[in-house]
Amino acid sequence: MNAPMNPRKLRVTTTSLSGCFGCHMSFLDIDERLLELAALVEFDRSPITDIKHCSQHCDLALVEGGVCNAENVHVLRELRANSKILVAFGACAVNGGLPAQRNHLDVGKCLSQVYRTPDGSATAIPDDPELPLLLDKVYPVNEVVRVDYFLPGCPPSADTIWKFLTDLLTGRTPRIEHPLLKFD
Amino acid sequence: MSDTSNANSFSIDGQRIPFTPGQTILQAALAAGVYIPHLCHHPDLKPHGSCKLCTVIVNGRNGSACTQKAMPGIEVENNTPTLNDRRRVLLQMLFVEGNHFCPGCEKSGNCQLQALAYDLEMVSPHFRHAYPVRPIDTTHPDVWLDLNRCIMCELCVRASRDIDGKNVFMLAGRGAESHIVVNSPSGRLGDSALSIDDAAAHVCPVGAILVKRVGYAVPIGERQFDEQPISRQVDYLARRHIAIVPAAETEER
Ligand code: SF4
Ligand code: SF4
Ligand code: FES
Repeated sequence: MNAPMNPRKLRVTTTSLSGCFGCHMSFLDIDERLLELAALVEFDRSPITDIKHCSQHCDLALVEGGVCNAENVHVLRELRANSKILVAFGACAVNGGLPAQRNHLDVGKCLSQVYRTPDGSATAIPDDPELPLLLDKVYPVNEVVRVDYFLPGCPPSADTIWKFLTDLLTGRTPRIEHPLLKFD
Repeated sequence: MSDTSNANSFSIDGQRIPFTPGQTILQAALAAGVYIPHLCHHPDLKPHGSCKLCTVIVNGRNGSACTQKAMPGIEVENNTPTLNDRRRVLLQMLFVEGNHFCPGCEKSGNCQLQALAYDLEMVSPHFRHAYPVRPIDTTHPDVWLDLNRCIMCELCVRASRDIDGKNVFMLAGRGAESHIVVNSPSGRLGDSALSIDDAAAHVCPVGAILVKRVGYAVPIGERQFDEQPISRQVDYLARRHIAIVPAAETEER
């Protein structure tokens, strides 16, 4: 990688909203290239560091997963407010993905169906205040905040992620094309 | 260039394309190995001109390459950034107006809508998703219909009418309410005349009409558009034929 001389490491924050962590797994799948990346970036809030809130002035936010509940909205807004570049990372972030297959169902009916008692006479929908409320639909990231780049794939392959990151870190506009561009 | 060659040729992006009278711009282009993006065209069926993916500029005016006849000396613009930008927008609108979740779709890798999106580097659907509520019909023993992925190209309508002679499918409704309906007393596919050896069962360019029990027989990664992007498969696009399962094979099931 022909990275420019860069005295300051870029601050990267990552999160999985309504995702399966598959995109993060695929990210780790860049294997030994992680070492090369570690020389250039520093992780802020991320499942990798277990830091709970992102500091101001992150350079790059990778957002996995669509937006399915109130907590997702808060996390996403926090990342957007504190990051220069925000990336919809993976199929679910791009179009809601498989979780969005609930979008043609009514949430209320969905919950009562799932949590009703076996004889159907009553429901026991969890209502612990700790639990975030579900949104009416699962939304793609760009329907909630502004998104700078999209990286599709379920998950994007390690090579796709690497191509994207190296383009970005070397100051090019990221370009994902055949055979790296995949929606599945 | 002699007079005869001029009389039977035109140009696409400056390249000379020979044609035989009666051919459309798209047919002549594909026969000459030149790719023009298209979705509702199929070599076995009459042109329809509805998806507009094949829009080119002919002597300065927009036209559908799949319906407009090739004429001597016309100058066609095709592979230009402006036209490809417009095509990408058309694709994005097709994606958001249906429910396209490729990771869970049996057609992924064989899908022409997806292949076009890859080829034109459509990385996001851009527009607000409509997430429409559309039915799935699994009543037929060999074929299922998932209108969530239908792009209303009417290839099934044309194949059923013009090849199978059955009129199983029809487009009903207007504007945003347009949808494919099935010609049967109950409106369900299982009660229609469709059989698995019909062209209409195999012609759908997306994952809306799918044959049952073959889902992942060809694994993801080894499918039609995995090796080469669609723009480099002109030969396949020009000459592919609707795969019709021989009747004997169907009876054995
Ligand atoms: S029909 Fe094509 S674009 Fe739609 S979900 Fe299936 S593979 Fe994706
Ligand atoms: S079902 Fe398939 S072939 Fe028929 S109109 Fe829809 S997309 Fe086209
Ligand atoms: S291929 Fe020409 S309009 Fe669809």
